[in-house]
Amino acid sequence: MLVVNKIVRVRNFSVVFDTPRGKLAAVSNVGFDVNEGETLGIVGESGAGKSTLAAGILRLLPFNAKIASGEVVVDGKNVLAMTEPQLNKELRWTVVSYVPQASQNALDPLYKVRDQFVETVQAHSDMREKEILAKASELLEHVGVDPAKLDSYPWELSGGQKQRVMIALALILNPKIIIMDEPTTALDTIIQAQILELFKQLKQFQRLTSVFISHDIAVISNVADRIAVMYAGRLAELGGVREVFSKPLHPYTQGLLKSVPDMRRNEVFGFIPGLPPDLVNPPSGCPFHPRCPFVIEICKTVLPTFEAYGGEHYAACHVASQKFVEVK
Amino acid sequence: MTLEQPLNVESSRNVFEVQDLKVYFRVKARGSKLFVRAVDGVDLTIERNRSIGLVGESGSGKTTLGKTLVGLIKPYSGKVLFEGRDLYGLKRGELKEFRRRVQMVYQDPFDAIDPLYSVYDAVAEGVRILRLYADKQQLDEAVYRALETVRLTPPQEYAVRRITSLSGGQRQRVAVARSVAMNPDVMILDEPVSMLDASVRGEVIKLMSDLKQSGKTFMMITHDIATVKFFTERIAVMYLGKIVEIGDSFEIISEPLHPYTQALVAAVPVPDPQHKVQSLAKGEIPNAVLPPPGCRFHPRCPIAQEVCKTEEPLLREVRKGRFVACHFA
Repeated sequence: MLVVNKIVRVRNFSVVFDTPRGKLAAVSNVGFDVNEGETLGIVGESGAGKSTLAAGILRLLPFNAKIASGEVVVDGKNVLAMTEPQLNKELRWTVVSYVPQASQNALDPLYKVRDQFVETVQAHSDMREKEILAKASELLEHVGVDPAKLDSYPWELSGGQKQRVMIALALILNPKIIIMDEPTTALDTIIQAQILELFKQLKQFQRLTSVFISHDIAVISNVADRIAVMYAGRLAELGGVREVFSKPLHPYTQGLLKSVPDMRRNEVFGFIPGLPPDLVNPPSGCPFHPRCPFVIEICKTVLPTFEAYGGEHYAACHVASQKFVEVK
Repeated sequence: MTLEQPLNVESSRNVFEVQDLKVYFRVKARGSKLFVRAVDGVDLTIERNRSIGLVGESGSGKTTLGKTLVGLIKPYSGKVLFEGRDLYGLKRGELKEFRRRVQMVYQDPFDAIDPLYSVYDAVAEGVRILRLYADKQQLDEAVYRALETVRLTPPQEYAVRRITSLSGGQRQRVAVARSVAMNPDVMILDEPVSMLDASVRGEVIKLMSDLKQSGKTFMMITHDIATVKFFTERIAVMYLGKIVEIGDSFEIISEPLHPYTQALVAAVPVPDPQHKVQSLAKGEIPNAVLPPPGCRFHPRCPIAQEVCKTEEPLLREVRKGRFVACHFA
């Protein structure tokens, strides 16, 4: 029998930022699992809480952020109970590696690529420099970068090369999980396609589990097995990628899908009127109700619960629960 | 102050005619005699009240071409004719009128507008510089009308806001309003939506489509061939300083003929898990100091042959209205 190992388990996870204007609820009551070997895609607009969620799982939040509630278990480890040295030796990079947004900023321009490899690895393991560089050359070759680039500075590399270097760096300690935050966002479409293909090859080759964060739902559809849609710090919808794309339950997901140009069609793409809410003063009830085309009375006052709609497809929407949603 | 009559009727149908345009930048190294050939022999015609998308990767020269058309960069050689007259031979007064009639909206709404400005000052800036108003009331009208056009309503309320208090989508609309306030005939938009969230991109595109209906000539510069499909009638694909394919937007996207255009189209993700992107072009765009000999695309091209390494393919009409620079198209 096939046993699905839930390698990441997040429950009731909330992160609050202290801002000069007051408390900002960046992530609120988020819960999901990641199965071993799969790619979970997290999609949402800027400010939806995607990056905060990813950084929060690794306890890499800025000083003014606090984990307000929740449980995070990664590969059997209770992450929220770990100390900083434990996190560095037993979790970060060795079990989970993280490719942050805008990799051009993640590589220090004053250090050669080789030094970035050495420094990162030595922060998390006892590997010797010679061994690190041998492994780094092998990985660079594998991701399509000439190993001679180890002696280059990051600013001598193109955006695509930097992203490949970041991927090689993320893989060097054989992590089980890789979290990639907007890995293709600043890239040209052709380079984006190359990185997406590389990502798929690596996934097959290394049996990696991954979390892939993007604001672009079309990019997510290319890589994800399951997809989590975030809005205003909460999960709006979660499910298998085919279910969510063929039968989106949440009006926000439906809106996102209509906002992406589909080159195969001739109709003009749409948009979601309005703006995401201010999370210092979030709207009452469902956070999407001020922009929602299907809004009903209850949405304005009561926060919808996250419910299952057949199998592993979940949504937080009063309208979906009342079956008012148009079925395509 | 208006421009004199164009030299002949034929050219007045075309707003811009670009002839064998070369825009080079000197490499800033001591004693260097090298040039970055950003635009390297482009011929292009932009017809009145029609729209064209200029598509290519970073480094293809598309923004440089746009800036040359608005008169911000002097060409190394070749000509830019505006309504039949040499742009770089315009007299002072004519240039002023040109600067009103041709507007460019820049790439990054966070960079392009002084963050210390109020919305009013940002929109009024160009109108003030060119003194296009007689009194305060006329200036107010111009600003409010522009804000209404981009649907920042009520305009009086938005006018007093600080630029920093606006979202990216709103800033981009202010950037468009700055141009609209000048009542231009031609608008050149450089990556107008690439900085915006997906849910508001469509809104900005719709807004510009409405402006297009009002009879303006548009050029959109972008790396995203999917967006221009829905916005411009024609597409010109640029690679390393040259135009490699040009034709009707829908036709180019449904049947791209140049291998580079094919790679661009195949790389665009669509929101459907059954449909995966393909990467058809190897490697990355080389730098434009020493472009590859022959066809500039040959090192990345999946169908390159010997001839491509030595002979440069010329842009030729392979079917009606479709020009392609490829030995095998």
